[in-house]
Amino acid sequence: MNTDISRREFIKFAGIGLLGAPVLMRGLSGVIENALGPWQAVQPQRSPALPNWQFIVDIKKCIGCGQCVKACKVENDVPPEPQYNRTWIERYSIDSLEEARVESYVPNINFNGSQHLSNTHNGNITKSFFVPKLCNQCQRPPCVQVCPVGATYSTAEGIVLVNRKACVGCRYCIQACPYGARFLDPRLRVADKCTWCYHRIVRGLLPACVEVCPTGARVFGDLNDPESPLHKIIAAETLGVLKPDVGTEPKVYYIGLERGVR
Amino acid sequence: MPEFFYPNEAVLEWDSLIVIYPYITGLVAGAFIVSSLYHVFGLTRLQPVARFSLLVSLAFLLVCPLPLLLHLGRPERALEMFLRPNLLSAMSGFGYIWLTYLLIVVAETWLVFRADIVRGIESSSQLRRTVYSLLSLGIRDLSETALTGDKKLVRLFALVGIPAACLLHGYVGFIFGAVKANPWWSTPLMPIIFLVSAIVSGIALLMALYVVAMKIRRKPLDHDCLHFLALWLGGLLTVALALEGLEVLTMYYESEESWGAISELIVGRLAISYFGIQFLLGSIVPILLLGSLEITRVRETVSARLRFLASILVLVGVFAMRWNVVIGGQLLSKSLRGVGNYTPPLFGEGSVVMAGALLLLPFLILAVMSFTVSPWQPQTQPTVDLADRWPRFSPGRSS
Repeated sequence: MNTDISRREFIKFAGIGLLGAPVLMRGLSGVIENALGPWQAVQPQRSPALPNWQFIVDIKKCIGCGQCVKACKVENDVPPEPQYNRTWIERYSIDSLEEARVESYVPNINFNGSQHLSNTHNGNITKSFFVPKLCNQCQRPPCVQVCPVGATYSTAEGIVLVNRKACVGCRYCIQACPYGARFLDPRLRVADKCTWCYHRIVRGLLPACVEVCPTGARVFGDLNDPESPLHKIIAAETLGVLKPDVGTEPKVYYIGLERGVR
Repeated sequence: MPEFFYPNEAVLEWDSLIVIYPYITGLVAGAFIVSSLYHVFGLTRLQPVARFSLLVSLAFLLVCPLPLLLHLGRPERALEMFLRPNLLSAMSGFGYIWLTYLLIVVAETWLVFRADIVRGIESSSQLRRTVYSLLSLGIRDLSETALTGDKKLVRLFALVGIPAACLLHGYVGFIFGAVKANPWWSTPLMPIIFLVSAIVSGIALLMALYVVAMKIRRKPLDHDCLHFLALWLGGLLTVALALEGLEVLTMYYESEESWGAISELIVGRLAISYFGIQFLLGSIVPILLLGSLEITRVRETVSARLRFLASILVLVGVFAMRWNVVIGGQLLSKSLRGVGNYTPPLFGEGSVVMAGALLLLPFLILAVMSFTVSPWQPQTQPTVDLADRWPRFSPGRSS
């Protein structure tokens, strides 16, 4: 094959190349931007018109009654078995500060109201407390990042939801959640998680767990609402989040978060 | 201290099927790299297994998506990953990477076997004639120019296939390595460890299959080829061992918050499969075995047997490594307060039988393919003429 090209041809091709390259780059960058579109969902972004929902859990007030777990299971039709939970409670019993002996429990809800709470502790308990857990509705949710089909997504208000009609059941999101807040619904075989009762809060109601908590250990509100109880708590209390080092930026804040609580 | 797990952790989500998935892709990548060492880098000592390695790669590649598909909660939605992917998810890349790689391997395999396929059209049996006609895709040109063109293309595909193979398996490592929620997975070393162990397992598989195939065909082994494969195996296995060792050594030395649980996992629950099988039986013993064969003189039949043994040990060791990563990572509670237990069920979803059947499938496919186009007949003048233009890394069989 004759591969010689004349000078004229060379100049022609080089010219086209030089002029064409920027056009191509523009096009390419557009394509890349479009492709990276979903990244927007992972980045914190907030329109001031939308509610800025936050959740505060007061560990000092929780008595571990488990009403919240029960209410959640009923409200959201969560499978009754103990391995499927949108919210749960952990009991910590600390012996001494050197050896933070931690024992945890999940209220075993059977619907006749009785609960099984192990009482095998025989050491000296320095202190004991309950830590309610639920989805942190992270501002940088790893579950949204890893979902291969975008079935898990952040709503405009920053609530992470699962589209049950799109979820393929790969369970990558369950692996990616640092808080163990997700599970595979055995009936639909799709991922499921706490939504902060999205169906209720968009109607101005409280999440079911907040509604039933007898001690007010769970506080929910909209930071954009000047009447919200959140403002007073934020001003008065020291707040912590779970696993701050993983960079998920949780929106569930804890009052009285003891070291060793993960 | 009593152990604790987040309640939702009571279910182990990624079971045996997800263990065999990286195992299979690893074998694909490894076998393909061997064929490319011959086709691209002109390592002619690999000629006896060059064609075979392509078929091995293809057979395993075809099975590769099956464990994933069967594991999905909603397998009927699998194509969604293709059609509406979330490109931020590493997992969404699987379909594209797999398909690209499949096209490359299929194209290369077809070109390598094209001449044989066209010659097969003249065969006496009607069935074979039909099969070969179909396989030839109607292109029956066997002229000198056409064959030279084939060789050039084979070389191109073999070359492009190398990064694709690395991507396919490096990506699998990324799936695990980029999960920050899991301290046993989350390390940037993970893709590299997966990649090196993939190549190691692919070479080991080729060695084992080559010995078995020659036994079945009652043909003599090309000991030089087996020796050469063993050298590559030993070298890369040493690199893999170093990487895997460094990973755990770093975790131990840094002793971060998660180390207590991780040490519980590897010293307790996984001790046998981690230190016993992955490190000792699957890495150290084969390295010593292969190394000692280099410094002692033994009869060729003995050395072949020992190399075969080493390759089987490596295959078991790499499987254990996949198990220790996939299952091990899930035994570790994200509360870092417990290490669980898992025994796969014998039957049903994610069972030993199901995973075993999926692991057997590529061997069946390989048998059918080898029956259709024999990988064994010596290639008419391998791509040496092309390879000559490249620096030779091996002194060839004259040494």
